[in-house]
Amino acid sequence: MKIRLENITKTFKTTTAVSNLSFTIEDGEMICLLGPSGCGKSTTLSMVAGLEQPTEGEIYFDDVPMSGVQAENRDIGMVFQNYALYPHMSVQDNILFPLKMHHVPKAQRRERLEKISNMLQIQELLHRKPGQLSGGQQQRVAIARALIKEPKILLLDEPFSNLDARLRIELRDDIRALQQKLKITTIFVTHDQEEAMSISDRILLMKNGVLQQYSTPQEMYRTPVNLFVASFLGNPPINKLPCTLRDGVITLPGINGWKPDALEPVFCGEVQEQAVLGVRPEDILVVTEGEHLTAQVAAIQTLGKEVYLRLHHGEHTLTACLSWDHDYSIGDTLKLKLRKCYLFPSEGGL
Amino acid sequence: MRTNRLTDSPPVRFALRYKAWLYLLPALLVITVFQIYPICKSFLMGFYTDFDYLKDEVYAWGFDNFRNLMRDADFALAIKNTMRLALVAAPLSIAVSLLFAVLLNSDIRCRKVFQSIYFLPFVTSMVAVSIVWAWMLNKDFGLVNAILKVFGVKKIAWLTDPNMTLPILVVLCIWKGLGYRVIIFLAGLQGIDPRYYQAARLDGARAMNRFFHITLPQLGPTVFFLSITTVIDVFKTFDEVYVMYAKEPGPLKSGLTIVYYIFDKFYHNWSFAAAAAASFVLFLIVLAITLLQFGVVRLVALYDERRTSR
Repeated sequence: MKIRLENITKTFKTTTAVSNLSFTIEDGEMICLLGPSGCGKSTTLSMVAGLEQPTEGEIYFDDVPMSGVQAENRDIGMVFQNYALYPHMSVQDNILFPLKMHHVPKAQRRERLEKISNMLQIQELLHRKPGQLSGGQQQRVAIARALIKEPKILLLDEPFSNLDARLRIELRDDIRALQQKLKITTIFVTHDQEEAMSISDRILLMKNGVLQQYSTPQEMYRTPVNLFVASFLGNPPINKLPCTLRDGVITLPGINGWKPDALEPVFCGEVQEQAVLGVRPEDILVVTEGEHLTAQVAAIQTLGKEVYLRLHHGEHTLTACLSWDHDYSIGDTLKLKLRKCYLFPSEGGL
Repeated sequence: MRTNRLTDSPPVRFALRYKAWLYLLPALLVITVFQIYPICKSFLMGFYTDFDYLKDEVYAWGFDNFRNLMRDADFALAIKNTMRLALVAAPLSIAVSLLFAVLLNSDIRCRKVFQSIYFLPFVTSMVAVSIVWAWMLNKDFGLVNAILKVFGVKKIAWLTDPNMTLPILVVLCIWKGLGYRVIIFLAGLQGIDPRYYQAARLDGARAMNRFFHITLPQLGPTVFFLSITTVIDVFKTFDEVYVMYAKEPGPLKSGLTIVYYIFDKFYHNWSFAAAAAASFVLFLIVLAITLLQFGVVRLVALYDERRTSR
């Protein structure tokens, strides 16, 4: 089902949680609502679910306005952050609850229960109570409960935040595979940029209730619309250096031996004379000649296949992410070349 | 292990070992003297058949008191009245309290004001309340009949019609315990994670279904606790009857409860042993009903387990 939000605003007493948000999700897409905590992503999800009513604007499912349609009539499956499994019911009763509420015939209930529990591999757990399950198992049961009524829309609210790292990746892939198999329109909320990048078709990045960028993960990473988007995505985060731009030439105050030769920055926004130069850690290369600047190694962090270097030049600090084919030691002076860089308008201070 | 001379000395070790008991001692002492001892004594008194009350000398023991009790038509009536009252008043007052608690738990205005109003009877003397009720229910000058008159209802002899006694006592019972039970229910309701309701809404459950499938099962322990305390409360019904019906057990003894019977035997007939025996029977009845309630809960849990582990 296609979902369209038009000029949605949500205010709680004095605070505005979401302001003038508009976007469209195509049928069968998996969208991630991403942003720091308190950015309005959970509120947006609640409004799509029908648990909250927007103060202004309209939500359309397949061009049908949803205002006045209660959550119980919206045909949505939802997985909550802490799963919200009914503790007094067995796993089986939990999963069957939506069918019971929709008065599905008993024979069909059994059939669907069997199908969904096979799909999520929870046949062994059906007679247990939620309290007797591990986090990952509860997660699967919650997904089964959300999907058994075969909804047109699936909503996931921070579905992986209570799981350990290994399980998180495993379930992440499972959910993506399931979503693509069922071709169900899915919105999922997270504050983890890696999670968002890895499984969504498109990411919707929010900050303080305002939409920042809505695009594919690649596009968002490669052509961020502003400094916030650029710094929110990527780990380690993008390096930010204050610079000035005159006649297309970038100068970095306080950096000696800066040679902006053949540097073609990506312009992100209306860049004035005072600007910020953004460089992703993986775009810094160590070269023997043709360098843009030099810096000293201040700290080394090895992560197996790659190595993070903290580099100092005067008062500036840069982080570089390099493949571990060369041993570096603290105090080394390296010649650095910037493979790619971004220019952002200076946002007062930095 | 590190040894310490102070903590090794026998009296200190003794004190440390029974520290908890030392803290409990003052309260235990008071309870023993003023509650446990009298309970034991009155239990024994039920078996006195010949005794001197003032000198506390017992000449003969036996089951005569209980035998007389079983033959006494008044006692049978008292049990019947109390049972009927408990059967109607206890479930009704729990249901009504739950209804009010659910209403108060929703976002209504002046919620604190309502809460205080409901709690008022609980902090008011039952005697004072009963006098006011007796006055309101007066056939000729009472508020209730005055209001009913507006709707064209003829005067009802609330306090002199034996058929009206049970309904009046039921209403009084619901009203007087409402505040207490609402508070207990509110605490239970507040303990339910709101996400269960959100999940249930998305699962397609309407308000009624949410109440029966989420609220009620989640309140299970609260309902159980209240069903026990309410039944015990109803079995202790006495003051309202005594005051409202001017020291009589209601018209045609329709308000004769077990506690009224005990009181009557004790203060009016001076037959202390009979009163003691009746108290003992009351204790046995309450105990039996409480055990029955525990049994039902265990049975339900067992059934639930069987069903899910099938």
